[in-house]
Amino acid sequence: MSERPKRRSTTKMVPMPSQAIIPERDVHDIPVLEARHLGIEFGGLKAVDDFNLTIGKTEIAGLIGPNGAGKTTVFNLLTKVYEPTTGAVLINGRDLHGLSIVQASKLGIARTFQNIRLFDKMTVEENVRIGLHNQIKYDMLSGILRLPRYWKQEKRQHEKAMELLDIFGMQDLADEVAGSLPYGVQRRLEIVRALATDPKLLLLDEPAAGMNPHETEELMENIAKIRDRFQIAILLIEHDMSLVMGVCEGICVLNFGRVIAKGTADEIQANPVVIEAYLGKKKEAAT
Amino acid sequence: MVAFLRYLINGISLGSVYAIIALGYSMVYGIAKMLNFAHGDIIMIGAYIVYCVMVYLTMPPLIAVLCAVVVCTILGIVIERLAYKPLRQSASLAVLITAIGVSYFLQNAAMLIWGSNPKVFSSVFALGSLRLLNGELVISSETLLTIGANIVIMVALTLFTGKTKMGKAMRAVSEDKGAAELMGINVNRTISMTFAIGSALAAIAGALLCSTTNPNLVPTTGSMPGIKAFTAAVFGGIGSIPGALIGGLLLGVIEILGKAYISTELSDALVFAVLIIVLLFKPAGLLGKPMREKV
Repeated sequence: MSERPKRRSTTKMVPMPSQAIIPERDVHDIPVLEARHLGIEFGGLKAVDDFNLTIGKTEIAGLIGPNGAGKTTVFNLLTKVYEPTTGAVLINGRDLHGLSIVQASKLGIARTFQNIRLFDKMTVEENVRIGLHNQIKYDMLSGILRLPRYWKQEKRQHEKAMELLDIFGMQDLADEVAGSLPYGVQRRLEIVRALATDPKLLLLDEPAAGMNPHETEELMENIAKIRDRFQIAILLIEHDMSLVMGVCEGICVLNFGRVIAKGTADEIQANPVVIEAYLGKKKEAAT
Repeated sequence: MVAFLRYLINGISLGSVYAIIALGYSMVYGIAKMLNFAHGDIIMIGAYIVYCVMVYLTMPPLIAVLCAVVVCTILGIVIERLAYKPLRQSASLAVLITAIGVSYFLQNAAMLIWGSNPKVFSSVFALGSLRLLNGELVISSETLLTIGANIVIMVALTLFTGKTKMGKAMRAVSEDKGAAELMGINVNRTISMTFAIGSALAAIAGALLCSTTNPNLVPTTGSMPGIKAFTAAVFGGIGSIPGALIGGLLLGVIEILGKAYISTELSDALVFAVLIIVLLFKPAGLLGKPMREKV
């Protein structure tokens, strides 16, 4: 009997993210998002380091932190705009490694932008229809020759766009040019456009920026409404704490590119580390 | 008066060719944000293909033009893939210089294949001519065809960009490439498509150009019309379809009227002088929107 070859497993072992928390109702489903040890460096500077986050299938989660903490960078990592230096992103259990932005979008991730990036010269409906792009099936020939299939698709698309615009009561604005709309309406349209891509996870980058308290409250209701209606998960970056504390189930606090706290609204508000990050260290009483 | 009308119609005909070429420049600029200086040479290749298919294969003109369209479309896509796509993230100057390089490459390749002796284009579309005003005003069939082709192309492209899925995707990419990509639009495919359409139009323009105003086909045939069409695109507002139309037509009319009433030698100078004056007052072109400063 010959000697068995000496084999040594080359499997790289990595620590699993510890203590992920998700809503109880989502426990039996695959988490919509799992970010594992996600990190990115820009010329030696670690903009995001060892970022772990798990989001349940229908969770509304918040990502907060002081300015420059790396929140938008996290969004860019999750949507493949940036390629992470370390770690992995899983959408519905599927690794995004090696996928393009478009492929990630097809897996069900959509976003809005901190500084609104609508297609300004297009109408409101056209903007929504750009979101529907990958759900339209007709070849170019039937598009140019106007075959029946084109009209059928065209009608269905129009109905779908109107249905989505109805979430924010924006049907009347369908033919307005997006660039001419008031700021708050543009923010809402961006959410509708993102929803049109049929996402499983919707990322909102400062959705309440520039809104008054009344509009913010309305937005809060709408965020909950979107989650209930589409049964999707939402991750939002926001500085308006009334919105974050009011609507987010799980909150993740980022500072200098690292997660410093995770938990429910109550836990976060009571967390001394978070208070320190936002307000600075409390001075020791002079002795 | 009749002479003026004749010049005007010739101007519109020449302008139609410029407009078709300008569309290619304009669309590529609008979507890929680059100036494809090799566009003029695609016209020349298209014209050579038409010539070869007609003379060597003795095919009817329509088939020749179709062949040219197919060859140029493929050529446009291949050039974009090999020369421009690897530079997508580079500085715009690098892409510009590459485009000039591609232009010279195409000219020299044509010289190698077809030689530098002019190929004389006999009329591609000999169908007789239209006589108006008791036979004083004669409009050739090529002129009518050129103007007609221009109208058809403009209408088709406007419908395409406004109504079809791919056309809308193009407009989205031209406004915000990053956002379009995040909405699931394949930017690379959209850019390829733009080059394909622009090059197909260039092939048609090549056939029209050589059968109307420029019958002596040489490897540098495309460069001057290319530069003038580029001027027309800037003149009308680069990135805009109606802008390319208006810019092209105005340029053609100015050139022909300049040749007729001022000086043949100065007509080109006149064209560019008009461009300079327009740009002094409207830097974004006639139909271009002024650039917004993004803060």
